[in-house]
Amino acid sequence: MEREPGREGARRALGRLLQAVLASRGEANAVFDILAVLQSEDPEEIQEAIHTCSRLFGALLERGELFVGQLPPEDAVLAGSHGATRKYKIWMRHRYHSCRNCLGELLAHPTFRVKELALKTLMKFVQLEGAHPLEKPKWEGQYLFPRTLFRAVVGGLLSPEHDHSLLLSQFREYLEFDDIRYHVMQAASDAVAQVTSQHPEVSLAFWNNAFTLLSAVSLPRQERDISSFYVKHTEPSDTWKVAHLKEHRKTFQMMWLSFLKHKLPLSLYKKVLVTMHDTILPHLAQPTLMIDFLTEACDVGGAISLLALNGLFILIHTHNLEYPDFYQKLYGLLDPSIFHVKYRARFFHLADVFLSSSHLPAYLVAAFAKRLSRLALMAPPEALLMVLPFICNLLRRHPACRVLVHRPRGPGESELDADPYDPEEEDPAKSRALESCLWELQTLQQHYHPEVSRAASVISQALSVPEVSIAPLLELTAYEIFERDLKKKPSELVPLEFVPAQGLLGSREDACAQCFTLG
Amino acid sequence: MGKARPAGARRPAPRTPVKANPNPFEVKVNRQKFQILGRKTRHDVGLPGVSRARAIRKRTQTLLKEYKDRDKSNVFKDKRFGEYNSDISPEEKMLKRFALEQQRHHEKKSIYNLNEDEELTHYGQSLADIEKHHDIVDSDSDAEDRGALSAELTAAHFGGGARLLQKTAPQEEEDKPKSRKELIEELIAKSKQEKREKQAQREDALELTEKLDQDWKEIQTLLSHRTPKSENREKEKPKPDAYDVMVRELGFEMKAQPSNRMKTEEELAKEEQERLRKLEAERLRRMLGKDEDEKTKKPRHMSADDLNDGFILDRDDRRLLSYKDGKMNVEDIQEGRSREASSLEEEEEGEESDEEEEEGQEESEGPDSCSDLDSNEDSEEDLEKPEEEQCQAPGGGSLSHGQRAGRAAGSELPYTFAAPESCEELRLLLSGRSVEEQLLVVERIQKCNHPSLAVGNKSKLEKLFGFLLEYVGDLATSDPPDLKAIDRLVLQLYNLCQMFPESASSSMQFVLRDAMHEMEEMIETRGRAALPGLDVLIYLKIAGLLFPTSDFRHPVVTPALMCMSQILTKCPVLSLRDVVKGLFVCCLFLDYVSLSRRFIPELVNFLLGILYIAAPNKQSHGSMLVHPFRPHGKNSELLLLSSEDDVATWQRGSLPLHWASGPRALTTAEANHVRLSCLATGLALLRRCVLMYGALPSFHAIFRPLRGLLKEHQGARSHPPELQELAQSILTDIENQTQLCRPLICEKSKPVPLKLFTPRLVRVLEFGRKQGSTKEEQERKRLIHKHKREFKGAIREIRKDNQFLARMQLSEIMERDAERKRKVKQLFNSLATQEGEWKALKRKKFKK
Repeated sequence: MEREPGREGARRALGRLLQAVLASRGEANAVFDILAVLQSEDPEEIQEAIHTCSRLFGALLERGELFVGQLPPEDAVLAGSHGATRKYKIWMRHRYHSCRNCLGELLAHPTFRVKELALKTLMKFVQLEGAHPLEKPKWEGQYLFPRTLFRAVVGGLLSPEHDHSLLLSQFREYLEFDDIRYHVMQAASDAVAQVTSQHPEVSLAFWNNAFTLLSAVSLPRQERDISSFYVKHTEPSDTWKVAHLKEHRKTFQMMWLSFLKHKLPLSLYKKVLVTMHDTILPHLAQPTLMIDFLTEACDVGGAISLLALNGLFILIHTHNLEYPDFYQKLYGLLDPSIFHVKYRARFFHLADVFLSSSHLPAYLVAAFAKRLSRLALMAPPEALLMVLPFICNLLRRHPACRVLVHRPRGPGESELDADPYDPEEEDPAKSRALESCLWELQTLQQHYHPEVSRAASVISQALSVPEVSIAPLLELTAYEIFERDLKKKPSELVPLEFVPAQGLLGSREDACAQCFTLG
Repeated sequence: MGKARPAGARRPAPRTPVKANPNPFEVKVNRQKFQILGRKTRHDVGLPGVSRARAIRKRTQTLLKEYKDRDKSNVFKDKRFGEYNSDISPEEKMLKRFALEQQRHHEKKSIYNLNEDEELTHYGQSLADIEKHHDIVDSDSDAEDRGALSAELTAAHFGGGARLLQKTAPQEEEDKPKSRKELIEELIAKSKQEKREKQAQREDALELTEKLDQDWKEIQTLLSHRTPKSENREKEKPKPDAYDVMVRELGFEMKAQPSNRMKTEEELAKEEQERLRKLEAERLRRMLGKDEDEKTKKPRHMSADDLNDGFILDRDDRRLLSYKDGKMNVEDIQEGRSREASSLEEEEEGEESDEEEEEGQEESEGPDSCSDLDSNEDSEEDLEKPEEEQCQAPGGGSLSHGQRAGRAAGSELPYTFAAPESCEELRLLLSGRSVEEQLLVVERIQKCNHPSLAVGNKSKLEKLFGFLLEYVGDLATSDPPDLKAIDRLVLQLYNLCQMFPESASSSMQFVLRDAMHEMEEMIETRGRAALPGLDVLIYLKIAGLLFPTSDFRHPVVTPALMCMSQILTKCPVLSLRDVVKGLFVCCLFLDYVSLSRRFIPELVNFLLGILYIAAPNKQSHGSMLVHPFRPHGKNSELLLLSSEDDVATWQRGSLPLHWASGPRALTTAEANHVRLSCLATGLALLRRCVLMYGALPSFHAIFRPLRGLLKEHQGARSHPPELQELAQSILTDIENQTQLCRPLICEKSKPVPLKLFTPRLVRVLEFGRKQGSTKEEQERKRLIHKHKREFKGAIREIRKDNQFLARMQLSEIMERDAERKRKVKQLFNSLATQEGEWKALKRKKFKK
């Protein structure tokens, strides 16, 4: 076939070929020419070829000119003595398969337009194949879905080599359909299993692709919502698995478990755990199956532990999970860096939730209050402004802990020699926090920042009853405090230093003058 | 009723209704549904007939009149007083009218005509005449016998002649007794003669006096030493004597007020101490922040003479005279400054030394000569000083210019400077000059633009502060940083700040905000920020010098503290330079809280980090490290010595500040020295912290993480012995600090007062609805309601007016018709009679 250069030329040539193939079976060999263009170098030409393939096989599928049933090998059929029509259909079906394979490979093409178009065409084939199934139903009313084709699509999306996040966001719109979602879940768990079994070292790109796809799946909350199908069936039936939310949940659970049982990269752990409580746990058929994953994540330490605690808390709270060391773990998470890390706001939000129960034992709350106030001795002002109300809230919720700030001296008691609290003890029950007092807050009354000093001074009066909401304080930054200080208008004149300046470093007793010279 | 009442009382008051027993058919009773206590019922009974009659009467008096006069353009006005007022009795009316007439009669025709006054009289004689009458009688005689008649005369006039007769009795014996008529004539003649004699005598005396005067004038010239010329001038205008002038001046001058005696040295010292104590007490009050909540806003006292130009007499301009060890304690700064200036500029020196001499004189004279005046003089002098300097500066320059032109030619500075309008201008003025010259320039700018000299100077100098600050930042960022110049300029900044606290604080805030903003941006984009440059550190230091750092809350210091906290927590330490910078910020922090002894967690954390990165074996101590430091990584061994050979050559000393800026390649030995110095500084700062925070209740909890590291440093063989000793002493300090673990007790809260059940008062409005709304709303509603009612009333009145007019018109028309009918009838009548008569006549004719 002579090739005209340029896109227009390609289109015209392909259009002619398409007309010829569709018009008569005698011209069927032109399909090879069309398929050849799919492997071209030029993305424009490839796009044209994809369009043409889409139209060609779409028309053939609708016409029913493809062989239906178990496909015999091509050579055997051509050699055998079947009717010409049957031969043609089998041959054409083989071309269709090679076209599908080509498109599947094009999913990894560097040009996004090509990828997108290939995906769209494949999904169109899925729809048409669903409507005109290429296999014979084994019994009346059997649910037929082009599983092999679809598995190939999902496998192409979850490529271990390329990052397909953009393509996956395009794919998201198909996930609105219930049948697609159901089959994606199935295909994804298969794909994950397949990839992890084939490669000992799985690339980060694959995990990212898989997570993007998995997290895009969101189940409906109610049974009756399952009604929108991508593949239109003539007579939908209630007996199909795809029509039941329960089955969906099962597959959902299977998908996540198959995903999470592998050793994930650390960043992905965080991502999974962040969405865990909100999008994964409520949709699982058996949420308790997540316990193993969460407990292990809990032992990792740092932010991951904290995030795992969130999931664990939901399990404890709503699914009767017995997890005796929960608060000890939380207690262990409190270390000096907690006020300096990025997830500070989330941590304290969660800690506030965990400690909101008024049924917690007093020793536990006292230990938390004492530990937090110990750590507050090393905290910057923006964290102090948040943690001081937090501690006061704890004391408000648990009147038994008020001895920490108010311990009227009995007749037999005297001053203590040292703080009875043991900061090294990991078990809050043994930390003897209830015997101690919050001297740290008393110390912080001497803090250099006026707001902090005021917040710490709250304990010297009887605490007011209503709790202070710490939600607006969680995201407080030093810059905001700085701006607030600047905006505060002085009530009187600006006070001035009355000791006259004696030079840059100040007088002889100042630390600056002693430690530095102008040299 | 037998008693007769006074006539006035019997007359009924015009307002009181007469109806004692009204006709029940004429009364309309407005029935009340409920009896309400305290409600005044005004309209319970209406009298429709009466009120209608009143309305009609009023209309006839007003509306009808207007109606009748509707086509008339002229009006008749009866202006007789009280013509239609029946309240005044006719006699009163007449009296009033007469009074009015008199008044009109005497009214001035024109206010400019002063002569048309009513003539005042005294005993019927016009006072004007009396005044015109010249008293011819001279004062001498006046004194003798004015008013007092001679005894004889009196006796003759009023004695009835008896004494006259008695007196004349002896004469009668000689001559014939004279007749009464003769006697009287004699008396008259006598008295006339007496008068004449007196007159003559007086004239003589006058003549003599005049003569005497003339004689005196003649000899006067001989007596005095004056030349006739001076005499002439004296005649024209007597020249005031110096003495007279002095006396007069003294008389007019304000009396020297008794002032306190000159104070002794101890007293002055005490006063100074007192002033400082007061300032200190004020500072303490602000430090504790007690009054923050009260927020009592007291208006600042402003004198009536205050020009609002920021020129405060007793704050910085007055030089407080004080003594120290027997010598006058002149302000060191100013003197020092003037001395530096004098080394370059002789004129300046002369000026300054003059000033000093003056002061010296003042001091020596003070106690004995003008001790009671000095309080006034002092202040005046101070007031004038800047102006004097301003005037002297150019003049002095031109005078001495010739002499010193050769020597000072190179470094000649102009004496007046315009205040710079932008930072660039200031930079141009200052660039390329030595430190001393820069100082002089700034000082002169300040002097030439003193706020007391011109109106706009205040804002110029206010801007100068900002420019200087910017210039200081430039100096700090230049390479190498010109810290010596900054050191001097700080004094100027301090002075300017004392003059304009508001603008100084706002420009300081601006600078800080800039620095903070830059850091915040870096943190947002990269998650961490580099330690800011030396300029920011210098700004922070200057903020601490200019403003009281111990205040509980201060508009500049509190943000500066936040800025430092941010530097110490958010900026990772990546190099030795960063360590030096961090240590400098630590020093600043310590200086800021040196008086208030407030707790700074960031400082302790940072020092912990410094000790950590300097410790050789640190495996076990990483747990308490917080953000800018990491237990592992390439920066965790920043202060570790690379070779121990340099320990021997290291000498302990202060860190030069310029290390904090500028990339500078260090040799390994130098780097090791810097490391050791940093560690030494860190330890010294830690020691200060330990001493300062000893009193905090959780002292041991704060310093517990540091103990292990200190022990490490104490035992480190790689450290010089000095550092080991330092670490040892800090450790013992920490351990010796006894902990006060007094259980906490809440303050007793005040008992909540019982609720008082005072009734809630709700104002009942004219209309009953909407009582819950605000006062303005209520008032508005009330007004709307009132307006509506008035509007309705007005409409009703207009309608009634129209009805009345219609009625009047109708009656007019009917009257007119009746008249016409009557006239027509009359005509017919007359015609009928005429006809009848004519017919009768005709009939008569026929009969005849």
